[in-house]
Amino acid sequence: MIDRRELGAVFLGGAAGALVRAGLVEALGDGAPSWPWVTFAVNVFGAFLLGYFVTRLQERLPLSTYKRPLLGTGFCGALTTFSTMQVEVLKMLDAGRVGLAAAYGAGSVLAGLAGVHLASAMVRRLRFRG
Amino acid sequence: MSVFLWTGVAALGGLGALARFALDSAVSSRFGRDFPLGTLVVNLSGALVLGFLVGVSLDGDRYLLAGTAVLGSYTTFSTWMLEAQRLGEDGEAGGLLLNLVLSAAVGLGAAALGRTVGGAL
Repeated sequence: MIDRRELGAVFLGGAAGALVRAGLVEALGDGAPSWPWVTFAVNVFGAFLLGYFVTRLQERLPLSTYKRPLLGTGFCGALTTFSTMQVEVLKMLDAGRVGLAAAYGAGSVLAGLAGVHLASAMVRRLRFRG
Repeated sequence: MSVFLWTGVAALGGLGALARFALDSAVSSRFGRDFPLGTLVVNLSGALVLGFLVGVSLDGDRYLLAGTAVLGSYTTFSTWMLEAQRLGEDGEAGGLLLNLVLSAAVGLGAAALGRTVGGAL
């Protein structure tokens, strides 16, 4: 059974996430083949934010039908990007900057994992009233 | 800054997220959620197509709309990281490593393949 409001939430969150990411890229430039700060920042911040939302929604708050599709799948999913990151790594390799490519790839993953871990630990440690 | 262009970015970004949601749901309901295969399929297919767009030298507003908005939103880094971290929390070290290596290595290969195909056209 398709839930139209759930789809609407994914769409709205996705539109907002895309606007923020695309707006930052247009304003600040993508950086490639140098270190792509915009992609790096939205990816790591988005991973942190998703860890926060999902842990809070699953473990702390009453069940909600539309918050996860809106904030998690929609906003965080669209704010962060995998495809752009891979193309950026490809451009670094083209430019012969193998060390930079490895540092960017590994650095994004390590910082992303750390972001999710930190956000989850933070939510679990906080005591919410009620 | 055109309002029309940025309305397009928002709408296409929303559609990219919807396509991810639909494909991930379909893959997960078919193969289960033990390993996050849905996100992997989404990310690899998105890297392939974005590589293709780079290969055909799409640029300017067209790249902003089709690449940054649609494929940027369709693929996701945050969900990849969340699912990997949760595999680690559940003690699935093998699944965690497989998810990281498979996504990163095959994702790069997919982007390169897409670009080569696009460049040959």
